[in-house]
Amino acid sequence: MSTVDVLVRGRSRRRSRLSAGRIAAGVAIAVVAFFVLLAIFGPLLAPHDPTATDLTYSFVGPVAGHPLGFDEQGRDLLSELLAGARPSLIGPTGVVSISVLLGVTLSVLCAWRGGRTDAGISAGLDILFAFPGILLAVLAAAVFGPSLTAAVPALAIAYTPYVARVLRGAALRERAQEYIAAGEVQGQSAWVMCTRHLIPNLAPLIVAQATLLFAYAFVDLAAISFLGLGVQPPHSDWGTMVAAGKSGVLQGYPAETLSAGVCIFVLVVAVNFLGERIAARRERR
Amino acid sequence: MLRFVLRRLAILLGALFVSSIIIFLALQIAPGDPVTTLSGGRSLPPEALENAREQYHLDEGPLPRYWHWLTGLIHGDLGDSIVLDRSVATAIGERLPVTFELVFFAGFLIAVGGIGLGLIAGLRRGLVDHTIVLGTAVAAAIPSFLAAVVLLSVFSVQLGWLPALGAGSGVVGRFEHLTLPAVALALAGLAVVARVTRVSVREESEKEHVETALARGMPNRTVIRRHVLRNAAIPIATVTGITITSLIALAAVVETAFSLQGLGAALVQAASNKDIALVQGIALVLVAAFLIGNTIVDLLYGHLDPRVTPGARAE
Repeated sequence: MSTVDVLVRGRSRRRSRLSAGRIAAGVAIAVVAFFVLLAIFGPLLAPHDPTATDLTYSFVGPVAGHPLGFDEQGRDLLSELLAGARPSLIGPTGVVSISVLLGVTLSVLCAWRGGRTDAGISAGLDILFAFPGILLAVLAAAVFGPSLTAAVPALAIAYTPYVARVLRGAALRERAQEYIAAGEVQGQSAWVMCTRHLIPNLAPLIVAQATLLFAYAFVDLAAISFLGLGVQPPHSDWGTMVAAGKSGVLQGYPAETLSAGVCIFVLVVAVNFLGERIAARRERR
Repeated sequence: MLRFVLRRLAILLGALFVSSIIIFLALQIAPGDPVTTLSGGRSLPPEALENAREQYHLDEGPLPRYWHWLTGLIHGDLGDSIVLDRSVATAIGERLPVTFELVFFAGFLIAVGGIGLGLIAGLRRGLVDHTIVLGTAVAAAIPSFLAAVVLLSVFSVQLGWLPALGAGSGVVGRFEHLTLPAVALALAGLAVVARVTRVSVREESEKEHVETALARGMPNRTVIRRHVLRNAAIPIATVTGITITSLIALAAVVETAFSLQGLGAALVQAASNKDIALVQGIALVLVAAFLIGNTIVDLLYGHLDPRVTPGARAE
């Protein structure tokens, strides 16, 4: 293959991939929007009480008015799925908000103050890396009792070093730019320089990080609920549904696990795809 | 090189020390009386309460208490599990083998399967490449707990090929029982490793030194072995190492899904039971394993890439 050949083929392939990528991105955005609407309106749309049990309907398949059938306890699966959307999505939103807030603050502080502040914060973050998110969440559940309110801050703390490490590097590069020095010479306060200039310039990276983080937090929180340390009965999210459906799976009725699993899988694929796309686009610039 | 190793070991010791403080503090910040926390809210007879007070030095300040805990730790004394009614060290000793075997098995799958698939996709363009890219994109989005339940459904319940729950006995039984859990644990990580491997092989093979070597008439195989794989090995080794050490925490989920009596499952049960001493002991073991694993990865990285200047911090 000659160099020219490679160049031409590379270019044409890139162009066709771009349009396919655009369509895929549109689909991914639609999927995410759909799930966000589910989280907002899902509990209202549920046709039946998602916590109402009736053992006579245990594992009954789809019937009129119950398009997905029933779980082991005889709860309407569709209603459970719709009601579970909100806790499933609120948790990761909380994790992302907290860890992005902490990550941005710490990284900008590192870049702006430098020296000892930077060294101290960086050392602290290095140590936090030693705690896998799930482990910290289990620790929090042991101390404060199992709930979403224990798991979310624990995960947020575990994720902060990942956000901060990436942002710190970018903030340091930005800090060395001339416009920052120019602003300082003009007597702009550090607060104004950081909030009006430095952080807005980091925004694309922050968005890319937050998107990828959301997928991780979503999966980890579902895993924590699966372990019984997240959302507590009688409420359920998709993680607890996968766990509750396990006994059904062993008896040959995988409907509950599968329906919740499909929701988790589809959302993770869509968010991951968007996150990688945003990150790649930022790199090209 | 020696300085690099010593420095890395010093960081490891520091991190272990700070982790022990954090895990120790977990008990201290728990709301309410530590004795109540230790007993998990159960009412204990007065002499048991007195025992616990004495054993955990609850009448002293936090610093001497930490000191007692740390010295006990170094002697292998992690306290007693209230729920299991035996020493935490014994409980950990019983649970450790299953977790170790599971993580080792899954790590092996990730190293062989992930790097293998990544190399195939990276070196061949076309249909094979596209299939692997698509397949790994799907696999990377399947959480381990979901993979566990789906594998159970398909291979144990529907097809009946492999046993469903428990750890089995004997070498063959253990292997059969751990196959599905190891696959569930490895799946997402395997996909990530394959994707990183593919990209680094692809990037390396498009570099000028590779084209030059090919233009000089060196055989393709030699170029791939000496020029492409050598350089691509660095990111591949790093991501494989990090992925495998991350399995240590994730094992808890898979062990719970397959009812394996491993460390992670014990940690989750202990957390539900508020068996704080056991939670602290297991958390400490897992964090230590994770830290030691990461140190080994870093040292390997320094060994693989001579450009890593000893003592310098990665930016």
